[in-house]
Amino acid sequence: MTAPPAPSPASVPAVEVRKASLIYNPHQAPVHALADIDLTIAPGEFVSLIGPSGCGKTTLLRVIADLEHITSGTVQVNGVSPHEARLARAYGYVFQAPALFAWRTVLGNVKLPLQIQGKSAAQCDAIAREQLERVGLSGFENKYPWQLSGGMQQRASIARALSFEPRILMMDEPFGALDEITRDRLNEQLQQLWQRERRTVVFVTHSIAEAVYLSTRIVVMSPRPGRIVRVIDSTLPDERHLGLRDSPEFMDMAHQVREALADGHHD
Amino acid sequence: MATTTSAPPPSWGQRLTEQGLPIAVVLLFTMALWYALTVYLNAPGAIERVLEPKGPWTWQDLVAATMTVQRPVLPAPHQVALDLYSSLVDWPVTSPRNLLFHVAVTGESTLVGFVMGTLLGLVLSVCIVHSRTLDKALLPWIVASQSIPVLAIAPIVLVILGTMGFSGVAPKAVIAMYLCFFPVTVAMVQGLRSPQVIETEMMHTYAATRWQALWMLRLPAALPFLFPALRVGIAAGLVGAMVAELPTGAQAGLGARLLTGSYYGQTVQIWSALVMSAFVGLALTAAMGAIEALVLGKRRQL
Repeated sequence: MTAPPAPSPASVPAVEVRKASLIYNPHQAPVHALADIDLTIAPGEFVSLIGPSGCGKTTLLRVIADLEHITSGTVQVNGVSPHEARLARAYGYVFQAPALFAWRTVLGNVKLPLQIQGKSAAQCDAIAREQLERVGLSGFENKYPWQLSGGMQQRASIARALSFEPRILMMDEPFGALDEITRDRLNEQLQQLWQRERRTVVFVTHSIAEAVYLSTRIVVMSPRPGRIVRVIDSTLPDERHLGLRDSPEFMDMAHQVREALADGHHD
Repeated sequence: MATTTSAPPPSWGQRLTEQGLPIAVVLLFTMALWYALTVYLNAPGAIERVLEPKGPWTWQDLVAATMTVQRPVLPAPHQVALDLYSSLVDWPVTSPRNLLFHVAVTGESTLVGFVMGTLLGLVLSVCIVHSRTLDKALLPWIVASQSIPVLAIAPIVLVILGTMGFSGVAPKAVIAMYLCFFPVTVAMVQGLRSPQVIETEMMHTYAATRWQALWMLRLPAALPFLFPALRVGIAAGLVGAMVAELPTGAQAGLGARLLTGSYYGQTVQIWSALVMSAFVGLALTAAMGAIEALVLGKRRQL
């Protein structure tokens, strides 16, 4: 239960998007939410999607998660369609808001996906406790969501998304609503989590610092139509700490991302 | 994020002056008004039947006579209280002269009807939120059913159920159910639809089935909507059960007690039955409130 997920064969990408387009309202006033997206994410990568609002970064994540459907092109997750991947519980999804159920304790909330999968009560309990420990929420099992701070709530929601050990973790601006100090700490913890487990992460953000600090690869997107302007491989070492953010390499990466965002804007 | 800085709980003395005083003032005012009305409404009858035959009378005689006259238009509060008290104390609970006997009879059909109505409301609401067709097909009928006065439909239902061989509690419970299911249905439709998009999508990413989404998300989210409806429903069910006792010429029940009271012009008896049914209604709603506090006590919205 607790071991990191077995790495899939290198030949099968975690996510593969080919010529994907999504057009809302195709008949009257069509909106090109996504245009000709090509993106391959290998198992174990930490990929950030960054761009101004309306660039389709969240839409792209939702397409991969089978929450929205492309109008042309193909999307594969672990070698199968997003729909099949969802039914196979291939990914855990962390939303912008914690979305914890007010009527369940923190422990009960983390148990939710396990109960849906039909695990035994004892298994649910043991796994959920361990997951809470991993995000540093031991001792808060029997608290209700309203008794937790915003940062702790989002940590609980991450524990919930990871509770069934999905191979892929998808996060949609998970720290967007938090203050900067909390956000920094959670970024550090998420980095350490990824270091330990090397799970594939697809991370949507509009913060350059967050994207550079966390990612092995940064996908810069631009709006109208939503498209990928540049994909930047991180030159930063795998082992990261917050102090790295003042280093010249970090500044250089951030500069590249900013340039790419500006290019997308001028097109 | 909710912060909870609650002041220390107020002492009994504070609570008495803060909550008890306004209630006492309203009660006193009501009593004064009731006594004034008693004198005003009973005066003509008292003069005609009690005072005039005896010759000259003073206003003190008049006030006394309005509160002792046979079959008053409006009995005084203390007359009602005494009648209530004597019915509870002077007769065994098994006697039809004891109001608790009637409370038990009406209470039984109220509770059976309430349970049936709540179940019907739950089933209807679940059907409605899960099927667009049923939403369109059922809701107009449900609303229409409530625009028919219960007094009109009660005798029809009783006759139909009677020819089918149902008698006793069942027909009365059906009328109570008829009034109960509506608030439950409407509240539960709203409650089952109350989860936010993000919560529904989250269940979707876990590949939860419809039933799991209903059981783990929709139903618990709907509970805060359900309980106010249950409070309304149980009070409405009591009215339904009493109304159902009227056309049957029933021998027992608070409704029957009202009917016999009005047959024989026993206004005091009518009023004590009315006061008793008000108490029963209060007790039933309070019980619902207690269950609500028990079930939802720990919950708080973010």
